[in-house]
Amino acid sequence: MGVGSFFTSKLDEAIGWARKYSIFQYPFVTACCGMEYMATACSHYDIDRFGAGLPRFSPRQADVLFVVGTISHKMAPVLKRVYDQMTEPKWVVAFGVCTCTGGFYDNYATVQGIDTIIPVDVYIPGCPPRPESVIDGLMKLQEKIAAGTQRF
Amino acid sequence: MEGGAILAELRARFGDAVVETHAHRGDHTAVVTREALGEVLGHCRDDARLAFDVLMDLTAVDVSKLPGREDGPRFEVVYHLYSLRHNHRLRLKVRVSEDDPVVPTAVPLWPIADWLEREVWDMFGVRFQGHPALRRLLLYEEFVGHPLRKDYPVNRRQPLIGPRT
Repeated sequence: MGVGSFFTSKLDEAIGWARKYSIFQYPFVTACCGMEYMATACSHYDIDRFGAGLPRFSPRQADVLFVVGTISHKMAPVLKRVYDQMTEPKWVVAFGVCTCTGGFYDNYATVQGIDTIIPVDVYIPGCPPRPESVIDGLMKLQEKIAAGTQRF
Repeated sequence: MEGGAILAELRARFGDAVVETHAHRGDHTAVVTREALGEVLGHCRDDARLAFDVLMDLTAVDVSKLPGREDGPRFEVVYHLYSLRHNHRLRLKVRVSEDDPVVPTAVPLWPIADWLEREVWDMFGVRFQGHPALRRLLLYEEFVGHPLRKDYPVNRRQPLIGPRT
């Protein structure tokens, strides 16, 4: 192992560590899960203590897309556009069963899981998920960010 | 005016154009022919004793899977009228077939009919003659079919569309 590769892996870790504690979220909130998202953001659960609570409603300034709630086929192009406009590196969290799988909406209107449109990093199940599940999902995402090979 | 009296009034005035009437626990319904529909609606709104100034709802029902109704006209377009002045209600129905699902528009009488008729067109494919802009309301333009028709497969997925340019 040369000096260069050793240095690169350490830089990977350093950047991963920095990235996992500086997440800017884009909350794409469409439905009832939004209430749970708000509860998680409020003082009882305080998502901010993970260095991951700053919502940015601009795709250019966000790292993580939180898709919170049912996505209909009519909404799908908008979600796709927001994802496309986010800059790399970017991650996606599917929040709640509707976003993960379509939930109990097996009908003409609902997208059966947003992974049919955009790639998803973490799925948080539940209808709606409890704040603990959300925080667990967020920590899983942070582990994933820190452990991955960092592109920069 | 009491509901039964409204039905009697409509029968006396429009005769055979009132196909059938029905009363159940204070709800009164009249089924009218399509040809007379515009006239009946206009009369309901403008007659001082009826004065139905609110169109509470306008929707449709696909009765093709209803026991005993499989062979009749496929759609019922339903109007729920309410009078603020007299505090009375009336439900009007008109039956239209699948081959010719056209009903005269109610937009000139009640402007709210604009969106309601667009919704019925969107979901059932019933057209409203004379509507100013009969476009889809809830679904997107590229959607194929009318999902509240009973023969629309519940599992059918439309192809996903990308961002519009």
